[in-house]
Amino acid sequence: MFDVYEIRQDFPMLNGKTMHGKPLIYFDNGATTLKPQMVIDSVCNYLTNYSGNAHRGDYDLSHEVDEQYENARVITQKFINAKRKEEIVFTSGSTDSLNMIAYGYGLTHLKQDDEILITVAEHASNTLPWFDVAKQTGAKVEYIDLDEKGRLTTENVKKAITDKTKIIAVAQVTNVLGHNIPMKEICDLAHQYNIIVVADGAQSVPHQKTDVQETGVDFLAFSGHKMCGPTGIGVLYGKYELLCETKPMRLGGGSNSRYNHEGTITLKNPPYKFEAGTPHIEGVIGLGSAITYIDSLQMEYIHQYELELRNYCIKKMKALDNIEIYNEDAQGAIAFNIKGVFSQDAASLFNTYGIAVRAGQHCAKILDEFLHVSTTLRVSFYFYNTKEEIDQFIEVCKKGDDFLDAFFE
Amino acid sequence: MHSLNNPQLMREIIMDHYDNPRNRGLVNDETYKKVNMNSETCIDNLDIQVKFDGDKIEDIRYDGEACAICTSSTSIMSELIIGKTKEEAKEIIENYMNMIYEKEYDPEILEEAIAFQNTHKQANRIKCATLGWNGLIQLIKESEE
Repeated sequence: MFDVYEIRQDFPMLNGKTMHGKPLIYFDNGATTLKPQMVIDSVCNYLTNYSGNAHRGDYDLSHEVDEQYENARVITQKFINAKRKEEIVFTSGSTDSLNMIAYGYGLTHLKQDDEILITVAEHASNTLPWFDVAKQTGAKVEYIDLDEKGRLTTENVKKAITDKTKIIAVAQVTNVLGHNIPMKEICDLAHQYNIIVVADGAQSVPHQKTDVQETGVDFLAFSGHKMCGPTGIGVLYGKYELLCETKPMRLGGGSNSRYNHEGTITLKNPPYKFEAGTPHIEGVIGLGSAITYIDSLQMEYIHQYELELRNYCIKKMKALDNIEIYNEDAQGAIAFNIKGVFSQDAASLFNTYGIAVRAGQHCAKILDEFLHVSTTLRVSFYFYNTKEEIDQFIEVCKKGDDFLDAFFE
Repeated sequence: MHSLNNPQLMREIIMDHYDNPRNRGLVNDETYKKVNMNSETCIDNLDIQVKFDGDKIEDIRYDGEACAICTSSTSIMSELIIGKTKEEAKEIIENYMNMIYEKEYDPEILEEAIAFQNTHKQANRIKCATLGWNGLIQLIKESEE
């Protein structure tokens, strides 16, 4: 097991950063995460000491960049246990990855009346591209029912599948309800019907072990900045043969092997055909460094510790009579409200105490149809949070009725 | 010091207008000009309606989903502005915005709206305290085009 107080030393933002005059308590890790010094240093090191282009030059500097860039791909491959490094495509983030799947694979494979299955708990980035692709192809977006607790069960997936179903696109862990889904069972079932499974891993890959070979998932999207890496960098994983069938959304330098004046283009093989233009090199290097950092802490411990934090927080919240929790039994973020206080006013109150908590619809704007409440507060932990921070958060929860204090402090 | 410059009193004003918003609820009347004010960064989402009678602002209505700060600031605005001419309204608006953005303003003219004088200390709430007011500005501007 690791020592959280020792870990906190690695994060400059946890050592001196204040918000509203109080030491920062950062509980919005579902939005983005703080960065350890090691990641910051790796980015600075690239910018300071070897900032050449990748895959371009015939000189030592460029070779050094290539080595670091491709090394990050191998680190990422091992992290999610992909079969080969060519299955790792660097993108700008989960949103970019999901759009690449929807437009690069969905648009070229879906026909009139085909069905795409999603849920109402999906993030906008795993909903809106499918709406648009459905509109363009004549396919339909259908919903898999959630159970009474907001969970996605294999049984309900089975009920939703028809002979028209071609794609199932679901989050491994959703960003508001936070339930982990039985991905392997869903993939096994889907593959019996030749359905492709797309996983949004933005809220799962940073917090639990991901093994794409074990689950058999066809595509997986995740973001670097939600796992201690830089912003603007993410990953699209796809089974190699599916990536071969996926059309790049953007073309340009580095993605083709040759072309002529008649417009005949020969694209490179995956992943390079998707990485046209100069890539986000310092982002890729920072992501590699973030994964190395997480590996050093060991994902099983991270996962275990975060569950411990969540259980601790839920228990304390349940002891208060002014708190309504919407997903007690989940494992990701905690969605809740202070009774009688509009979520945004409550978030302002937390802000006054230096606690970063998100209010709103959390980019899941059709989830209200399930929750029957239009907006919620959300706390989401990471491995550097502590029980002491939760204690302070609970004290502010108790002050809910005084939410206007925030306005007069 | 202004007589209203007391945190407890300001808090009561805001809570009073949040719990019992004045002039809330839209009307189905073509003579009202309408605008939707939907904050891009937070949850606040209000429809604002204004009825002009020549140069006079005869009525203001609003409805939607909004936090305490947004709801009460819009409620107070409606009470302050209804019955005023556009010129008078513009002066009140200018003073209100000056107060929000920490410039000089006349507290007398703002009456209960001075309850929002601390908004700048919670920078993320400026958008809440000005959403309804910006809707009014937009409708006045459109009425003059």
